[in-house]
Amino acid sequence: MPAAVIVTDLVKQFGRFAALRGVTAEFAPSRLYAILGDNGAGKTTLLRALAGLTPPTRGSISMLGTTDLRSVCGQLGYMAHPSLLYDEMSGMENLGYFARLYDVSNKDQRCAEVIGAVKLDPSLTRPVGQYSQGMRQRMSLARALLNDPKILLLDEPFSNVDLRSAREMVSLLTGLRDAGKTIFVVTHQAPLLEGAADEFVWMEAGQIISRTSDLAARLETP
Amino acid sequence: MKRVFPILAVLTAALLSYALYQALVVAPTEQTMGDVQRIFYYHVPSAWTAFILFSINFVASVAYLIRRSNNADIVALVTAEVGVVFCTVVLVTGPIWARPVWGIWWTWDLRLTLTLVLWLIYVSYLVLRRFSSSGQTPLLAAVLAIFGALDVPLVYFSIWFFRTQHPQPVIGGGGSIDPRMLHVLLINWLAFSCFAALVCWSRYRLEVLRREVDETLALEALLEPRGSQTRTSQTWRAG
Amino acid sequence: MSSVSGLMRATLAKDLRLELRSKDAINSMLFFSLLVVVIFSFSFDPTAEESRRIAGGLVWVAFLFAAVVALNQTWAREMRNQVLDAYRVSPAPTNALFLAKVVGNFIFVTVLQALMTPLFIVFYNLRALGPGYQLPIVAALGTWALVVNGTFFAAMSLRTRSREIMLPLLLFPISIPALLAMVEATGAILTGEFSAKFWIVLLAAYDVVFTIASLFLFGFVLQAE
Repeated sequence: MPAAVIVTDLVKQFGRFAALRGVTAEFAPSRLYAILGDNGAGKTTLLRALAGLTPPTRGSISMLGTTDLRSVCGQLGYMAHPSLLYDEMSGMENLGYFARLYDVSNKDQRCAEVIGAVKLDPSLTRPVGQYSQGMRQRMSLARALLNDPKILLLDEPFSNVDLRSAREMVSLLTGLRDAGKTIFVVTHQAPLLEGAADEFVWMEAGQIISRTSDLAARLETP
Repeated sequence: MKRVFPILAVLTAALLSYALYQALVVAPTEQTMGDVQRIFYYHVPSAWTAFILFSINFVASVAYLIRRSNNADIVALVTAEVGVVFCTVVLVTGPIWARPVWGIWWTWDLRLTLTLVLWLIYVSYLVLRRFSSSGQTPLLAAVLAIFGALDVPLVYFSIWFFRTQHPQPVIGGGGSIDPRMLHVLLINWLAFSCFAALVCWSRYRLEVLRREVDETLALEALLEPRGSQTRTSQTWRAG
Repeated sequence: MSSVSGLMRATLAKDLRLELRSKDAINSMLFFSLLVVVIFSFSFDPTAEESRRIAGGLVWVAFLFAAVVALNQTWAREMRNQVLDAYRVSPAPTNALFLAKVVGNFIFVTVLQALMTPLFIVFYNLRALGPGYQLPIVAALGTWALVVNGTFFAAMSLRTRSREIMLPLLLFPISIPALLAMVEATGAILTGEFSAKFWIVLLAAYDVVFTIASLFLFGFVLQAE
């Protein structure tokens, strides 16, 4: 099976600061990848580059067999650190609008479906701005799932989410992985994904320094 | 290459002095305006030079949008900067000339106003370049330059019509010009163009060097050992 | 094309709904314009005859300032929670977003004009001596000229430092011919001394040129990081 994502010598510089310093890697489809590393290791920049939000300074990205990221952006789901939701609108109103962007057919049904998938109530009329942080985070995940993407890019999906909800999100993600999605999760809470992630990708100072299938293996050798 | 620049600089200086001599001594004194008319030999060549520089800026901006070439962006930056300087000369010498001749400092004359609007547009262009965050500056600047160029014919027609409704002092432009004056004017224009080209060229080289230094520093940051960068990266994140 | 217009309507509906709930733009815009009208009427206290000549300028300068307040708000709404990124990662056409924003701003500024015009009439005792039916045409064309470039440059200034200040610095120089046309056309109609036809044609040309240019170039600006 061909790789879902191939990055070759990816460099991203902000002025004199190098956020990515030559990342080369292949990621197979239908896998759940956990991307780990300290603050400033380049995890978020890598994710934004994959999403097509940050054009790389050098290097290339190939996704689903093409380097024209714009042509496959409809098959991508992206969840950022900020919620990417309008605070003044309810969850259904928010997703209804984003469904239009992806030309989702049967939009109300699909929106209710993804809201249900993240264990929220589609009939909630409260504006998203009044949600708890954890609820907002889950709604944000629902937004990323809206277009039934082949590749999911999630930036810190578990931050501020209580343990039980985080576990539910993980089982949702493994279900999606088993259904053939390729998932990238940037996180500080690596133990949550133990046993769920197929591979742990360690980043440091803008480079991938190791890839292990076992979380413990890396933790023991600094 | 290193020799060429000083040689050209000396030639330009010689040409400028010759043009100055021509303008102040050789050119005949205008009958009605007197000696103040001689500022015309600076006013008009500056305007022509500025317009040429702004045209180059437009072409370079379009080229940048199509080819994304770094050099096109530098050309656009340089011509805008030098163009604004020459445009300023036009706007300063205009009123100096107008006051004794027309009895007023400023009039909404077609050419003068067009120059003023162009000056405003290109100053805003330079402000944008100064204030935009680094990565996208060339792109945004090129887009603004295209908007500015599209604006020129509209500015022209609006002022032209504005003047037909609001009578203004008639400017002595229509009459025939003494061939000796035209000769001096053209020499001055040549000298100014050479001077502008020289300044642009040195500014271009400076900008190329500046970008090379930036790239080298960025490359060094890339090759630094990992540990030393983590700290800077963290402070960067925090900021 | 139908997807562009459908998406444009959806975005416009979303923006109007957000505005009705938060009332960020319309309130500040209204109060700001009221202040401008009052301050102007203190500063210029002309007789009715004189006022007819300068009213065109006063009205449009007031609208211009008020429009800048609204224009700065349009994209601020998309920057909260970085929602704009959600648009950028989607396959939705960028022009739909741009047109929706322009139409939205056009509606805001038109509402504002409808509310401010009576105030101007009261304070300056105005009455059109020329063909009054041309005034709405001038207002519509002039407002479009302001908001089409204003929306574009507001998006552009998102990518700069101190973006709220950048907008007028970019917008005003480019808008000079349009402003001249609006002011002169309004003056011509109010005084009835000459025809406003040329200015209306000029405004229409300005609108066409810059609407097309914006549609061509907006993609560059939106996708600029």
